[in-house]
Amino acid sequence: MNDTVLRLEDVAVGYGSAPLYDGVSLRVSRGELVTLLGANGAGKSTLLRCVTGRLAPMRGLVEVAGRSLSEIPPRELARLVSIVSTGRELAGALTVAELVALGRQPHTGFFGRLSRHDREVVGLAMAAVGMEGFAQRQVASLSDGERQKVMIARALAQETPLMVLDEPTAFLDVASRLETMQLLSRLAREEGKAVILSSHDVGSALRLSQRLWLISDSGVGRTLVDGSPDSLIKSDALGSLFRGRPVRFSEEAMDFIPS
Amino acid sequence: MCSVDQVAAGRMARVLLPVGAATVVMFVALLFFGTVDLPAGDVWQALTGGVPANPAASLIVVNLRLPMACCAFLSGMALAVAGLLLQTTFNNPLAGPSILGVSTGASLGVAVMMLLLGGGSAVGVAHYAGALVGAVAGSAVMLLLLLLFSRLVRGNAMLLIVGILLGYLASSAISILNFYATEEGVHSFVIWGLGSFSGVMLADLAVFGPLILLTVAATLLMVKPLNALLLGADYAESMGVSLSATRNRLLLLSGVLTAVVTAFCGPVGFLGLVMPHVARLTLATSNHNRLLPATALWGGFSGLLCACLSIFAGNGGVLPVNAITPLLSVPVIMYVIVNRDKISYFR
Repeated sequence: MNDTVLRLEDVAVGYGSAPLYDGVSLRVSRGELVTLLGANGAGKSTLLRCVTGRLAPMRGLVEVAGRSLSEIPPRELARLVSIVSTGRELAGALTVAELVALGRQPHTGFFGRLSRHDREVVGLAMAAVGMEGFAQRQVASLSDGERQKVMIARALAQETPLMVLDEPTAFLDVASRLETMQLLSRLAREEGKAVILSSHDVGSALRLSQRLWLISDSGVGRTLVDGSPDSLIKSDALGSLFRGRPVRFSEEAMDFIPS
Repeated sequence: MCSVDQVAAGRMARVLLPVGAATVVMFVALLFFGTVDLPAGDVWQALTGGVPANPAASLIVVNLRLPMACCAFLSGMALAVAGLLLQTTFNNPLAGPSILGVSTGASLGVAVMMLLLGGGSAVGVAHYAGALVGAVAGSAVMLLLLLLFSRLVRGNAMLLIVGILLGYLASSAISILNFYATEEGVHSFVIWGLGSFSGVMLADLAVFGPLILLTVAATLLMVKPLNALLLGADYAESMGVSLSATRNRLLLLSGVLTAVVTAFCGPVGFLGLVMPHVARLTLATSNHNRLLPATALWGGFSGLLCACLSIFAGNGGVLPVNAITPLLSVPVIMYVIVNRDKISYFR
């Protein structure tokens, strides 16, 4: 069986005439957690938009589950790729169960009625993130960390092989941040999802990801480096993440420190 | 899961049954009481097709009071539903047909038909047909401009300001049209602009009623994408919603609802902005499964309430509807704005 969920082949990504990156070839398999690291403005969201089909590549091929993204109709794409974004949604007056159930939309009929199976999937998704006891609570009453778990449960309920998260830990305290990362790592491992997320949390990314995508600015243009955490630490690729900034990577701290 | 649905259904019944009852009471009151005193027996005879003692009763009840009560209910319902669609489409709870300039756009269309192309003195269905075409065209242009600007400006508050500015532009065009129009045309346009549910005759109702009811029924088909849009455009798209097609349909539906009401009753303000909030606050949900029907009923209720106040507080005359809607609506909006940090659907 072919385990490749996402394949990028010689892709150029960007807006307008000049691509942000060119010649990008990447592959993500079932059960893998990949973290995308890069400075602010490096174009992390742009790359993720390309992976989720929101932005067409300027050149090259993006394939999900063996099919070119450009040929997949919206509803079928929604069964292949789910997202968790940073946008502040106006979902506060929904219950947790209602919000998670929105993830079933690509699977339900015209009126969105939930079948017994849909309800089971919603229940399992809430249980997978440890929020099953909150089913009837209003989303507005949750903490930021709980809310992020519910948004992840919504993506789970969508039952897609690929899950893409844009800075899912950005507004969370340290405890919620670690908890969220561990949750995503477990979902990749146990549910066999391919999970891609962007983050600024270098420490968690190094400890929990199978692979890292580093966006580094070489001075003449951006390059995207793909590798396991160990290999990237050894090759000193992490050092080029913040070129020209007064920080350096410390192997002991597993993080950046002032230089 | 079953119990969750039952809790929600219970709350919906507790809220909507009294609202429905009050709606029926006001509807009946508008048939039995009005600017002319008629004995209840005569009204009953007129309604049941009998021969009332006062022969004018049949004319007054069947041709004036009944269409007026229907018009008030349908207009309130249409504006409230239009407001809800706009609020969800633009992901902005403070959007509404009047605040975004859609009503003013419809008014401009009517002004063009009434003032520029003559026909200020025409009455009856032909007159409304012209106004209707003008209103639909005017609101459509305004919604297209809003859609364009929603891609250019960032932030919800900015889009509201753009809507208000577009409204001013339409208003100034209306003023210029008025300046060059005949005195007669200006007079009928000013009367129309005050807003009134009494302009609809029995014959007009045959157009007005089905148009509103069918359009509101069509919005019920949009419940699933409306719920997806609660999470914003990116999420909705990721759940399989075809964004531009869905937006166009929702704007078309809200545009038609606003335009039809505006053509027949004048630019009735505020109900479209406020009643979705009343529905959300009383039901404590944003789920369109329940919110959309509740908004429709609350809207109908608000239209009838305005009609009752315009007649029963009119001291023998009829107060303009637009003198009443701000009195009822602005306090609610103030409450919502002041308490927005505590209101769940803003978070």
